[in-house]
Amino acid sequence: MYNFEFAKPKTVEEAASAMAAEGAQALGGGQTLLPTMKQRLASPEVLVSMTGIESMVGVAVRGDTLTIGGATTHAQVAADAADLYPGLAALAANIGDPAVRNRGTIGGSLANNDPAACYPAGALGSGATITTNTRDIAADDYFQGMFETALDEDEIITSVSFPIPEKANYQKFDQPASRFALVGVFVAKTADGVRVAVTGASNEGVYRWTEAETALSASFSEGALESMSGNLDDMIADLHGSASYRAHLVGVLTRRAVAACG
Amino acid sequence: MPTITMNVNGTAVSANVENRTVLSAALREELGLTGTHIGCDTSQCGACVVHVNGKAVKACTMFAVEANGADVDTIEGQAHVDGSLNVIQQAFQDHHGLQCGFCTPGMIMSAAALLKENPKPTEAEVRDYLEGNICRCTGYQGIVNAIMAASGQTPAIAAE
Amino acid sequence: MAADGGMGHATKRREDVRFLTGRGKYTDDYTPAKTTYCAFARSTVANGKINSIDTKDAAGMPGVVTVFTGEDFAEVGGNPAGWLINSRDGEPMKEPKRPVLAHGKVRHVGDAYAAVIAETLEQAMDAVEAIDADIDELDAVVNMVDALANSTTLVHDEIGTNQCFDWGWIEDNRAATDEAIKNAPHVTTLELVNNRLVPNAMEPRCSIGEYDPGTGDYKLTTTSQNPHLTRLLISAFVMGIPENKLTVHAPDVGGGFGSKIYHYGEEALVLAAAKKLNRPVKWTSTRTEAFLSDAHGRDHVTKIELACERDGTFIAFRTETMANVGAYLSNFSTATPTFLHGTLMAGNYTVPNVYVNVKAVFTNTAPVDAYRGAGRPEATFSLERVIDKAARELGMDPIALRRKNFIKPDQYPYASAAGLEYDSGNYDALMDGLEAAADLAGFEARRAESAKNGKLRGLGINSYIEACGIAPSNLVGVLGSRVGLYDAATVRVNATGNISVMVGAHSHGQGHETAFPQVVADMLGVDPMSIEIVHGDTSKIPFGMGTYGSRSLAVCGSAVFRATEKIIKKATLIAAHMMEDKPENVDFEDGDFSVKGTNKKVSFGDVALKAYIPHDFPLEDIEPGLEETAFYDPANFTYPSGAYACEVEVDPDTGKVDICSMIAMDDFGNVVNPMIVTGQVQGGLAQGIGQALLEHGIYDENGQLLSGSLMDYAMPRADDLPNFVVDHSHATRCTHNPIGVKGCGEAGAIGSPPTVVNAVVDALQRGGHDVEHIDMPVSPARVWEAMNG
Ligand SMILES: Cc1cc2nc3c(=O)[nH]c(=O)nc-3n(C[C@H](O)[C@H](O)[C@H](O)COP(=O)(O)OP(=O)(O)OC[C@H]3O[C@@H](n4cnc5c(N)ncnc54)[C@H](O)[C@@H]3O)c2cc1C
Ligand code: FES
Ligand code: FES
Repeated sequence: MYNFEFAKPKTVEEAASAMAAEGAQALGGGQTLLPTMKQRLASPEVLVSMTGIESMVGVAVRGDTLTIGGATTHAQVAADAADLYPGLAALAANIGDPAVRNRGTIGGSLANNDPAACYPAGALGSGATITTNTRDIAADDYFQGMFETALDEDEIITSVSFPIPEKANYQKFDQPASRFALVGVFVAKTADGVRVAVTGASNEGVYRWTEAETALSASFSEGALESMSGNLDDMIADLHGSASYRAHLVGVLTRRAVAACG
Repeated sequence: MPTITMNVNGTAVSANVENRTVLSAALREELGLTGTHIGCDTSQCGACVVHVNGKAVKACTMFAVEANGADVDTIEGQAHVDGSLNVIQQAFQDHHGLQCGFCTPGMIMSAAALLKENPKPTEAEVRDYLEGNICRCTGYQGIVNAIMAASGQTPAIAAE
Repeated sequence: MAADGGMGHATKRREDVRFLTGRGKYTDDYTPAKTTYCAFARSTVANGKINSIDTKDAAGMPGVVTVFTGEDFAEVGGNPAGWLINSRDGEPMKEPKRPVLAHGKVRHVGDAYAAVIAETLEQAMDAVEAIDADIDELDAVVNMVDALANSTTLVHDEIGTNQCFDWGWIEDNRAATDEAIKNAPHVTTLELVNNRLVPNAMEPRCSIGEYDPGTGDYKLTTTSQNPHLTRLLISAFVMGIPENKLTVHAPDVGGGFGSKIYHYGEEALVLAAAKKLNRPVKWTSTRTEAFLSDAHGRDHVTKIELACERDGTFIAFRTETMANVGAYLSNFSTATPTFLHGTLMAGNYTVPNVYVNVKAVFTNTAPVDAYRGAGRPEATFSLERVIDKAARELGMDPIALRRKNFIKPDQYPYASAAGLEYDSGNYDALMDGLEAAADLAGFEARRAESAKNGKLRGLGINSYIEACGIAPSNLVGVLGSRVGLYDAATVRVNATGNISVMVGAHSHGQGHETAFPQVVADMLGVDPMSIEIVHGDTSKIPFGMGTYGSRSLAVCGSAVFRATEKIIKKATLIAAHMMEDKPENVDFEDGDFSVKGTNKKVSFGDVALKAYIPHDFPLEDIEPGLEETAFYDPANFTYPSGAYACEVEVDPDTGKVDICSMIAMDDFGNVVNPMIVTGQVQGGLAQGIGQALLEHGIYDENGQLLSGSLMDYAMPRADDLPNFVVDHSHATRCTHNPIGVKGCGEAGAIGSPPTVVNAVVDALQRGGHDVEHIDMPVSPARVWEAMNG
């Protein structure tokens, strides 16, 4: 890997100024960035570590909103949100393996927006708000296709706020090698209706399955979906599954998520 | 080159590393602790698992500078001071939890982390916890048996 | 028997202690003073013409010491194939040169065409990026059918074809087999793929070259299952370094599974570089490089026919296979699809006609060679899948059909229709044991329970035979081997009574350091802990052909046995001299020599000491010292066999297969350390289940390896696997080696793939889906697609 300058700021302000440098990039847990740098596919000139910024670490609840600091690890979310937002905590508890969860952060996951990652489904499915050092971005505006987000180059995810739904569940069908989601579906039932977010399936990255949302908002039951399956058009086809298989799984997993919501 | 200090297996050490030096390289090359192994370059295999401030991490997927000031525990520090095997290590020997030994340091460190979090795991919990530790030799059964035994439980199907 | 820890004891492994405390020493853990680091420039295209390689910029980069290209090795030899196969028409196989670095052409993604040596690894990698290689990408041949049909796109232009050989076994049986199939009342046909696998030993390859200009000695420290073969190939073929000037040391090795049997170009390169620079040169493979450059396994496309009577009596097996050898011939690549596969195509059965045709095909992919099981998994998979299909077509129970055709215990030695002579076995006893352990009577209830949970349950059965203890030189010589396949051991009894045993086998997980002493301790009546095994270093051991083909104990262990017999013979002479009696009057038991009918007695330890203090020896009759060497070359292969059962649950919604149970009943002959044997089987089962459900080395049509990392190549993890039931109590002794052992290292990987696939097909059939076959890996997507047309 190429060498780089390293900064470990203690505050968001310090981090923001470090990020202003040419070629600067945020470093969360490094669970994505480090392997990418080893492959020499990324070559940041300055890495700005987020993990020393105390205000960006932790899980807090205010009213019916759960706020997670941008540098909070998956392990901490799994533990600290277990009672507050069990559907999201369970998602975090099933990302990667224990060692990955001890380092990987929600900010890193959402900034990276891997098309097979779990948090994007959780954030979009919950209708979360992504807060950066400069602004708030609604999840609906944030995800812009595979590895693409609304973030500016030097923007830092400082926290993510999740309205806590009545019920929620995430179903992940593992890609057998990477154990990322071959398809993952997050279903959240709120007073305003049902949101269904799908990851792993589409060439456009995480997306809302609006047909299912409509059907489930009318009647929150497996039956409401009958034998519906995802829209074939943009489905990923690769060595782990064809487009039609993924479309099928979208239906299966959505039904399972609804069933698991009880 | 930055100098970092760490408390490795209970001893304060310092090392000169580049910013790009990963923790596993610092341990292996700067400190001569070659028990931490490198089995992949995509952060999947777990041969490199060590504990940083008590938590299992993949030493190949953390910059050494990020471990500045941290407590780091590696396989070399696991045996008792008199050199005898600790309860997990002993269980691995008793239950044939290793063959070539390459994955073993990572397995032991993951097992130690598991038993700290969950002193009496079920077999399914053990298997699930090892998701990030690949062993090509054993078929995992000896490993699972060893961890069950180390937690004071009887393995489902014992080796001979 | 030794008081404790002798033959048959589940002795805990002594090597474990160093591995458990982080004190194992693998190749990459060695860094000699002044080491330089090597990185390779590897082709990113599957087939390309090298116009030029400009290394000027790279050579000027910081820390760079030197740069090599294929040009530098144009004059040295190639890495040869170890077995010469002749085609059906008598023509010898096509054997294109495999250079140290690609020269003129690159032939697969990952083919190394240049190497940089620098002060640090990062500097070497930086400089690799600065190499300016002008390579014209050419069309690639990836698919074997295309490769054979296509005479214009060639992997090796100079041989004019992509076919390496077209082999018939046994050619004289061809007409009779064709005739038998034509006239048979029933013929079952199956086309199947034996999926390409990437071995993925957890320790990536690593090699360190050193050169001493004072003595002219070279040293290669390397990840090898087979240090003597590596030395031989480097000396005799590739570099011409005299064998007595080259030490090859394979220290602790983190698994091999076949991939580290072979000599690779990187080993020659670090030696050449060390000499040129007069400094140590180290190369450590990344996992990414391993995917691209380690020898892969399997990759057969097969059509098999089983002809039988209506009552299920087998009449003939006929197999047509295309075997991918990749871009170059790796050392054992030509033996694997032929003699390790074709000769097993009679299975455990009294079938009179067997004919096998194998076409080996060059493609623009990584070389393919022996991987755990090597040829026998391919043979077993074809046989046991077509037998299962035949059972369904004939309306017979799959166990009954197999039993009907089993060779019976009173038929040994049995000359199989595929040309081997099986020495011992009892397949019905294994099947009896399996039926009892598998609780077949309870299957329906378990199936109903699964159905309640919406799952389809299936049961798969399999029986296998394999040829192990890869050796007999006379036999392998007839079959085309260019080397002998014996093994060697030296037993050195030191003056103080402790013992060093230098063995040609290499332990990289198999526990030789524990098991071999059990054999010697048993024979000498001494404490096993007083015996130390020395292996892996050509400067310390007499000779050896390494560890693979489940041969270590059967072949090398037998050499140890023979050398120990010689020790006893000589010690008896010394003891007789000490007790002033004739050797024929001296008995040796439990570590003591005594004179028959007297109370005269000396211990083994006393004799050892005496051997080195020969003050009063009759030197014409007894030489001083107590050290003996034996080379052992067996009379035949050994023939382990087994019966396996597996139950699976298929989730019809997703196609996901869960293994509920896996039972392995194996006959390994005598067992020296049952704990180690069980572990070997468990590991093999995991690899076999990996092949059946998860693993696939898959290239796209341009020759890019799609599953080129652990992110896409699915390795079995702990939660993919069940607890295994492993039983090796139904044993029949090997009749021709002194320990009576057969070999256990590969069984699990041979027996399990067809067992799993049979179970999945059974589950689907019972669930009302008309699915006859699914190719491995039986992934969720493939199962779902099979179920949904
Ligand atoms: C073996 C393995 C298995 C995994 N399995 C899963 C899985 O099942 N599901 C899943 O969802 N993920 C999985 N991951 C990915 C894991 O969750 C990562 O932790 C995550 O994708 C990235 O988080 P990170 O904190 O490590 O970010 P880093 O790797 O540090 O950074 C990733 C990207 O985010 C940027 N970034 C980091 N933090 C911030 C911030 N606060 N603000 C702005 N930009 C930032 C970085 O600049 C970089 O571009 C796996 C990873 C591994 C190694
Ligand atoms: S070496 Fe760290 S995960 Fe493989
Ligand atoms: S013991 Fe060899 S990889 Fe686990």
